[in-house]
Amino acid sequence: MSEHVATHDDHDHGPEKGLMRWVRTTNHKDIGTLYLLFSLLMFLIGGAMAMVIRLELFQPGMQFVDPQFFNSMTTMHALIMVFGAVMPAFVGLANWLVPMMIGAPDMALPRMNNWSFWILPFGFAMLLSTLFMEGGAPAAGWTMYPPLVLQTQDAFPFLIFTVHILGLSSIMGAINIVATILNMRAPGMSLMKMPLFVWTWFITAYLLIAVMPVFAGAVTMLLTDQYFGTSFFDAAGGGDPVLFQHVFWFFGHPEVYIMILPAFGIVSAIVPTFARKPLFGYSSMVYATASIAFLSFIVWAHHMFTVGMPVAGELFFMYATMLIAVPTGVKVFNWVSTMWRGSMTFETPMLFALGFIILFTIGGFSGLMLAITPVDFQYHDTYFVVAHFHYVLVSGAIFSIMAAAYYWLPKWTGNMYDERLGKIHFWLSTIFVNVLFFPQHFLGLAGMPRRIPDYSLQFADWNMVSSIGGFAFGLTQLLFCYIVYKTIKGGQKATDRVWEGATGLEFEKLSSPPPYHSFTEAPQVK
Amino acid sequence: MITRATNRLLVSAALAILASPAMAGFDELNLTQGVTPISREVYDLHMWILWVCIIIGIIVFGAMAWSIIYHRKSKGAVPATFHESTKLEILWTAVPFLILITIAVPATSTLLYMSDTSTDADMTIKVTGHQWKWQYEYMDEGIDFISNLHPDHNNARMKGSGTDVTTIDHYLLDVDEPLVVPVDKKIRLLLTASDVIHAWWVPELGQKQDAIPGYINEMWTKIEKEGTYRGNCAELCGKDHGFMPVVVKAVSEADYQKWLGEKKQAAEAAAAGADREWTLDELMAKGQQVYNTNCMACHGMNGEGGVGKAIAGSPIANGDAGAHIDLLLKGVAGTAMAGYAAILNDVDLAAVISYQRKGFGNDADIVQPADIKAAR
Ligand code: HEM
Ligand SMILES: [Cu+2]
Ligand SMILES: [Cu+2]
Repeated sequence: MSEHVATHDDHDHGPEKGLMRWVRTTNHKDIGTLYLLFSLLMFLIGGAMAMVIRLELFQPGMQFVDPQFFNSMTTMHALIMVFGAVMPAFVGLANWLVPMMIGAPDMALPRMNNWSFWILPFGFAMLLSTLFMEGGAPAAGWTMYPPLVLQTQDAFPFLIFTVHILGLSSIMGAINIVATILNMRAPGMSLMKMPLFVWTWFITAYLLIAVMPVFAGAVTMLLTDQYFGTSFFDAAGGGDPVLFQHVFWFFGHPEVYIMILPAFGIVSAIVPTFARKPLFGYSSMVYATASIAFLSFIVWAHHMFTVGMPVAGELFFMYATMLIAVPTGVKVFNWVSTMWRGSMTFETPMLFALGFIILFTIGGFSGLMLAITPVDFQYHDTYFVVAHFHYVLVSGAIFSIMAAAYYWLPKWTGNMYDERLGKIHFWLSTIFVNVLFFPQHFLGLAGMPRRIPDYSLQFADWNMVSSIGGFAFGLTQLLFCYIVYKTIKGGQKATDRVWEGATGLEFEKLSSPPPYHSFTEAPQVK
Repeated sequence: MITRATNRLLVSAALAILASPAMAGFDELNLTQGVTPISREVYDLHMWILWVCIIIGIIVFGAMAWSIIYHRKSKGAVPATFHESTKLEILWTAVPFLILITIAVPATSTLLYMSDTSTDADMTIKVTGHQWKWQYEYMDEGIDFISNLHPDHNNARMKGSGTDVTTIDHYLLDVDEPLVVPVDKKIRLLLTASDVIHAWWVPELGQKQDAIPGYINEMWTKIEKEGTYRGNCAELCGKDHGFMPVVVKAVSEADYQKWLGEKKQAAEAAAAGADREWTLDELMAKGQQVYNTNCMACHGMNGEGGVGKAIAGSPIANGDAGAHIDLLLKGVAGTAMAGYAAILNDVDLAAVISYQRKGFGNDADIVQPADIKAAR
């Protein structure tokens, strides 16, 4: 196989020297790196805000911050984690991996690729600057419901424009991915031969293109309500505050799948490698992803069961939401069957993938419970919901991103990460993510509402446990930063194949690290 | 269509099998069973789904654990090569679907039961959410009052209050005036809001509903046991969202009638108060009380300002009384400063305005309840 490996390319020119390389780059690997590092930075900033939240909630009574600032923290934490950490991390992975996985030399639209990254730092700089404005940062929740969000002071227009910029960036990124996948596959790489990571991103990109404009439209209506005398969402002017929620969640529910479908792709790549057995049910995985994507458009109102919809509406959204559990279940069953009678080893990426499967499934269970309208009346807007979405997002999406980093870092850098530290990172993260979020199920069931800075005494014990888990989980992530740093700097050299059981073009046909321009000549896929 | 009774029977039977003595102590970690027919159905449904999830979890995680233990390379496992099975894949699409139906059927009947607000209610109460208090209007009795976080709790929860909140009973879950209702009556609740969206929730009643400006939402309840039941506003409604509890006191019919009588008398006395001149001292004493419950959170204990503007030295509090009254009645659009026309009566408004104009080092003329009445 080694003669297929392209280690050097004659008409290849390396990266530009100096800092301008990063500003001007149109190389998918450079841009992937930028996205990933940016996402790590946002993860740390959003994480610091989470620490403030957990600090105030450590004990009953108000000790450290004012209620208004507390609300700013929950709002900013969510916006930064969703749009700054999780989404850019997946786009970064797509940049690095999609071209290498389908045998393309680069993304289809390299200059746009540069733009879609470089507007992000400006968007977030704008969002973060609101922390210093009169009236403080946005504090109406990441869901931005009017009329409350209209009470935001100077930060208001900056919030709206930030959303516009992030939306623009996502849409450009998504178009690029679709164009790359449709046009740049190597000969023989038919759609049904594409790795699942490529498939899940392909579908995710369509979700993004469909819903980001809806979101941008909704917030623009907020803007005109605030400054230009419209009353889209103002009942006193003939508008409807609930309309915003419908439009928001028409974006918002597909959005949560935007944050998890690529994760499904990652786990579907890692589990077969370390089970040394092909993925079970490849085509049903593709169909399940497509059905989840379709269903994600018709379940939005499960976030709004308490707004007083007609019963027929509530029933429809309940049934539709329950249906999502079926394709989601198919995925989990397929992963378990892939492991079944495999020959497993447990390197760090596999550990994170296994952690993902178990903990994501727990989040899926609470999702199913939340889908049941009459019971959701009790769960809604409590810590039970907080526990649910952190299980699917932290021990789901974020764990999959960690798994991906450990899995592909040796390929990208040519160096193995420190396996011992990686395992420590996994075990500490897994223990503390559960200490952090599992008790929140109890808090929610016992009646603690979400988004409150202080609480009554019966919630004190579990909040303290949760906070301790939070601090420990936060600290553990610094270890991750160190491991990544150390791997980039050096370490034991990785082989081209990296993992004994790895398959796919990036492992079979490219060196570790791959040349700056890979697949300048398309590989043949059988 | 399966009736609700058979549903309940099925669910209870399943639960009886599943529940074991080992679950003692589990209660504090779990959803409350509550004190209404709705809350009990909801609880049963919750337990049913929970057990379905736990059993599926045991099967799936069990299979995973099995392969992790036995199918590992270090044990010399040789990988099989199978990678699909149409039969299996159909099976695990169909079986979950059937399981979902066992959840959907009881869920549907409970939902229909809960939404039946049309059958005769014994009484109707209108609940209005304001930033950050609840207003209760007994539609048939002409009683109307505001329910605030209890003043002691309100002081204790301020940053740097110096109070150890763990010494306060029902910290943050007590109000100055609870909603009082009779037991065993079907009560219809109409929910709305004046400023932003709130949500009215008492876990023991088994349901929450949003209170939305411009909307009137409905729910019903029938409390079967006397007692005090506590909950919170459940929809983020701004700075003091965490500090607008809901307290419902369910009492016997006789006690309820007695309370109604007292409430009506007090309302008459207040109305009488509105017709007379108040002295400066009376106004200041009453005004401080009103200020601390309604204004302090934003404008500060000493009128120094915060989220809201400073009252001390404010041009409005030192300027024309008419403008000051107008501002309090209407609020300031686009800010957290609400209009108080619907929340405070003439006496309260006159008192709090006078308090602002004479207190905090300000010095302007006081106003009388009659001035408020004229300005409304
Ligand atoms: C089996 C699959 C799932 C089901 C049935 C489900 C169901 C639900 C329901 C009904 C709610 C609304 C709860 C409420 O507010 O009362 C909810 C909230 C939420 N879910 Fe899921 N969910 C599932 C998977 C996911 C996944 C995969 C993600 C993201 C990766 C996710 C992220 C969220 C988030 C972020 C919220 C809260 C949004 C907010 O109010 O701020 N869920 N889910
Ligand atoms: Cu959703
Ligand atoms: Cu509220």
